[in-house]
Amino acid sequence: MTLRKMNPRTMTFGAIALAAIVLLAFVPRMVNAYYLALAISLLQYTVLATAWGMFSGPTRYVSLATTAFFGVGAYTVAVLGEVLPWPVVLVIAASLGAILAAIVGLSTLRLSGVYFVIFTFGLAELIRQLVVWFEVNKSRVLGRYVFVDITQADIYWQLLTLTVAVFLIGWLITRSRLGFALRIIGEDETVASHSGVNTTIAKVALFTISSTIMAVVGAIMAPRWTYIEPSIAFNAMISFQVLIMALLGGAHRLWGPILGAVPLVILFELLSARFPNTFTIILGCIFLLIVYLLPRGVAGLIETGKARWGETFKRRAVA
Amino acid sequence: MTAPQHVLDVEKLRRAFGGLVAVNDLSFSVARGEVLGLLGPNGSGKTTALNLMSGLLRSDAGAIRLQGKDISGLSSFKIARLGLARTFQLVRVLDGMDCRDNVRAGIVFNKPHVRGAEIETRITALLGRVGLAGQGHRPAAGLTYIDRKRLELARALAAAPQLLLLDEWLAGLNPSELTIGIDLIRSLKDDGITVVLVEHVMTAVRALCDRCVVMSSGRKIAEGATADVLSNPAVVEAYLGGAAAHA
Repeated sequence: MTLRKMNPRTMTFGAIALAAIVLLAFVPRMVNAYYLALAISLLQYTVLATAWGMFSGPTRYVSLATTAFFGVGAYTVAVLGEVLPWPVVLVIAASLGAILAAIVGLSTLRLSGVYFVIFTFGLAELIRQLVVWFEVNKSRVLGRYVFVDITQADIYWQLLTLTVAVFLIGWLITRSRLGFALRIIGEDETVASHSGVNTTIAKVALFTISSTIMAVVGAIMAPRWTYIEPSIAFNAMISFQVLIMALLGGAHRLWGPILGAVPLVILFELLSARFPNTFTIILGCIFLLIVYLLPRGVAGLIETGKARWGETFKRRAVA
Repeated sequence: MTAPQHVLDVEKLRRAFGGLVAVNDLSFSVARGEVLGLLGPNGSGKTTALNLMSGLLRSDAGAIRLQGKDISGLSSFKIARLGLARTFQLVRVLDGMDCRDNVRAGIVFNKPHVRGAEIETRITALLGRVGLAGQGHRPAAGLTYIDRKRLELARALAAAPQLLLLDEWLAGLNPSELTIGIDLIRSLKDDGITVVLVEHVMTAVRALCDRCVVMSSGRKIAEGATADVLSNPAVVEAYLGGAAAHA
């Protein structure tokens, strides 16, 4: 049914994507531990930035809560990882992320602009402090060991599966009523609500989907550290890095954030190895450059380039 | 109870912004198929009244009944689904989309649900209806002023509304565009669509409105057949000031 609808371009694209996925699946067999770690980082940030863009791209709400959901996922593993079977732990992490996102979404998506940014930034800190309080006063541990039987290659494969899932979900959303509703909201929220769009539900739904994915990333990544404490799981840097990556790539397209995640992960890797002390300053400068020079990201640059190329082509054809 | 042939009943509607009462005990009704003009000098509360009806603002007191159902306090998306559509004083079109998607936005989220192929036929028909036939794939951002107004109207009509609110839809058009605009709204009336229009262009008001309600400083100062209302001394005074009225 769907195959008949697909044009040759979509099919070629699908074939290339499938080949790439198969090829990527063999990475753990082909590279050494260092490159496997880098590949894990690449996938981790690709998923996080794509999930971030999924919500923030169409709605233009800038969220700094990435690390809140990532941390919830990671902490779920820290607490339940040894007690329950792995798939169950992942499901619980996803559910907790979803519940938290729905509560946060319902209570804050009425805020707009800078208020939302500040709230989401505060949210990550709030959850971190709550965890610290609970661990200190109730469970009387600060820091937990993660002993689960999961190798680096397992982490990689899980992330690869999640990457594929994220792109599939994102693609389905852009084709759905929800996706269309969000495009209208991004253009003009008043028009959306006057056209019968329940804007609150649409935004909360998307925020929940995006945040759930982030929580799952946190859970998958947790076994990478053998020791977890709140400052590791709820690291504000993650939120900022994801934001920069998505903006560099271009959050208004599903395939945009990956164009920012890949070069920046590699750049951060090089920078943090060479300049560990001045890393945050460089990060800030990169952020400024991106916002000033590429307001619509690499994806925007590609689109403008395409449009210009198309025009020159047309003009030549006329002449 | 409300007579069923009334599409809209507004009763003692009130809304204040701080100390300023923008809409003060406003009451009027609109019958099915009627075109009602909501007039008044600048700042008299017309747009506020429309915003209260479409759910953009909440009223402090009073009732708004759409086909007998009280809609005051409902969110605008619910009001839209109950059959009220509107255009805005400052035209609002979705610039990042083409004309077809702009109209589609008006169809897909409304009740009752329309299915795939029928949506496309409806979009084509609506674009033709407002004079944008064949422009479907043009981006909305590239349209001229009158075409943006046409597109906004097509989006409002897309939901097949019971009641259409037009907020100065004819403002800013040049004389020849105005003729086109008036004909377009008259054709809506011929189709039996109930319209409330806020308008300053008097030629349009005379040509289109069966009845008018005139507001001044938030209050209704006159209501009745268009010609009577426009010659009413209180209305002339509100528009032109006391001296002119008594001259």
